[in-house]
Amino acid sequence: MAILVNPDTRILIQGITGSFGARHAQLSLDYGTKVVAGVTPGKGGQLFSNVVPIFDTVDQAVKETGATVSVVFVPPPFAADAILEGVDAGLDLVVAITEGIPVNDMVKVKQAMRGSKTRLIGPNCPGLVTPGEGEKSHGGCRIGIAPGYIHKKGNVGVVSRSGTLTYEAVWQLTTRGYGQSTCVGIGGDPVNGTSHTDVLKMFNDDPETEAIIMIGEIGGTAEEEAAAWAKEYCKKPIAAFIAGATAPPGRRMGHAGAIVSGGKGTAAAKIAALEDAGIAVSPTPAEMADTLIRHWGK
Amino acid sequence: MNIHEYQARELFAKFGVATQPGAVAFTPDEAEAVASKLGGKIVVKAQIHAGGRGKGTFKNGFKGGVHLCDTPAQARDLASQMLGQVLVTHQTGPEGKEVGKVFVGEAVDITKELYFAILLDRATSAPVVIASTEGGVDIESVAEHTPEKIIRVGVNPALGLMPFQSRKIAATLGLTGPLANQAVKLFANLYKLFIDCDCSMVEINPLVITAKGELLALDAKFNFDDNALYRQPAIVAMRDKSEEDPREVAASEYSLNYIGLDGNIACLVNGAGLAMATMDIIQYAGGKPANFLDVGGGASKDQVSAAFRIILGDANVKGILVNIFGGIMDCNIIANGIVEAARETSLSIPLVVRLEGNNVEAGKKTLAESGLALITGDDILDAAQKVVGAVAKAA
Repeated sequence: MAILVNPDTRILIQGITGSFGARHAQLSLDYGTKVVAGVTPGKGGQLFSNVVPIFDTVDQAVKETGATVSVVFVPPPFAADAILEGVDAGLDLVVAITEGIPVNDMVKVKQAMRGSKTRLIGPNCPGLVTPGEGEKSHGGCRIGIAPGYIHKKGNVGVVSRSGTLTYEAVWQLTTRGYGQSTCVGIGGDPVNGTSHTDVLKMFNDDPETEAIIMIGEIGGTAEEEAAAWAKEYCKKPIAAFIAGATAPPGRRMGHAGAIVSGGKGTAAAKIAALEDAGIAVSPTPAEMADTLIRHWGK
Repeated sequence: MNIHEYQARELFAKFGVATQPGAVAFTPDEAEAVASKLGGKIVVKAQIHAGGRGKGTFKNGFKGGVHLCDTPAQARDLASQMLGQVLVTHQTGPEGKEVGKVFVGEAVDITKELYFAILLDRATSAPVVIASTEGGVDIESVAEHTPEKIIRVGVNPALGLMPFQSRKIAATLGLTGPLANQAVKLFANLYKLFIDCDCSMVEINPLVITAKGELLALDAKFNFDDNALYRQPAIVAMRDKSEEDPREVAASEYSLNYIGLDGNIACLVNGAGLAMATMDIIQYAGGKPANFLDVGGGASKDQVSAAFRIILGDANVKGILVNIFGGIMDCNIIANGIVEAARETSLSIPLVVRLEGNNVEAGKKTLAESGLALITGDDILDAAQKVVGAVAKAA
């Protein structure tokens, strides 16, 4: 099962001929992911890596290959247009990896997506991975930029705003023998497509997911909202970590969304909300997996 | 990115947001010339990014970065006492900031102070207007103690701020007649400025009613969306690097994300979330982080050595923690970069390295065989404890 994507999911890559997109398209192919199409306007008819057909438009790529999910590696000035092209083509899921998209563009994208069937993950995110059955989780669905080999097929769902911190959690789980159902990076921007709460709901409904690690950071109130939802509805054990307890207020800590402003979005407030919801909060990033395993009792 | 008060007024003028007449002056002569054009009572304000200017003191003993006067000659005299001098306020730190320009404006006779701001509401992914009858004070404390005095109006981004919404806000602020009409125009123009300049926040505090019956934006604070600066050349041109931390300016030249803090343990990390978490764990282990530094997902050797130079430029730094999760990146390449940077900078303070991920064994071997006196950490907590311990021992 897993959530959002599985090893049979057919994906297309927007921006497959750029250096960043090409590198990660190849890594996904090597991982065994079904990369069935690429899109680069003006390069339709060519092949990527001798196997993947490239199209001028997402619409053509979807009609020819049956792709249902797109990954966006398009540079920031053109990314909003690329996301909406995927929405227009009726995809189930668009994953925007691009970092640095103007917030106003994302405000318009969110407005334009209302009522559409497409889910957006990101932008400014590492993407998502549903590990496969093979050695080092080969044969899974790798969408985005996460290292595939650190995963292991299993029953822990991981959701996070940060890339390398997700890899830490996954690696801690894998090295302790605990596999993952799906790992989702929702991105570090203030306006994004999918929230912590959205992913928690999917994990709660997924029979394959038995426990959850949620990684948040300072800024906004998404973690508090997720905690409130989990307190009421979540049937599965959750461990959490919040980054940024020592961040000075009013400064953007790398991620556009990671900023404490006007006394809102502090780590302390988030940790209090999580603990109130019965979620086990890991005191340091070194103990995310151990905290979950203790709380889970498995 | 921040801008000066006089630059905010220039933006207001460009977008038709009513503000007090005046201009920037770089010399006492210019201050006198601006004052002669204005007439009446004059205000002279030192232009630095830090707040608390009015209550600040210059290092030459002159008190206050904001003064009122009656004649152009007096304006000239005030400017000459501020320009080229160092102003210390509660926000500048004891080193203060050199004043390179002053704003010379018409003094305003205020009868009422209001608050008006537009910012991005993350919960709705749309702009929101915040207004209050309680202007000129800290809005956070108004929100905490008298939340009923805060007006919040969400904006549909497809429509923008509608005139009926502006009329409603004006009425709630108690503005009637000609003042209400001025308010509707001011709010609409400010919303246009907010969108056209890719602001993430614009705050007018105070928005004032004058004795002459005008509604004026008297002081403003702008935040711009850094992601949109590529399409805002006019805003980028307002950047004043002399107001920024020189280490942060140097870091931005190498596409490094650096923020200076006041601790003594520097850290170098890949990824923003992991970099924040590394600062946290240094504190958890009993130390104090000296900085936030994200070298990004694809850091090059050059970036790693630039990062070392910037870290070591901070005299407070007594130890370094490198924390890298090399997912796709080859740990051995990073290890080589660290060794090279440590040699180039003749590193003499404790360096703890924690590497994990792709080709980590080769990376650890490179570090071990480098001959450098570096310490390796097994996991993040172990590494943090080791760097805190090494710094305590060296002290």
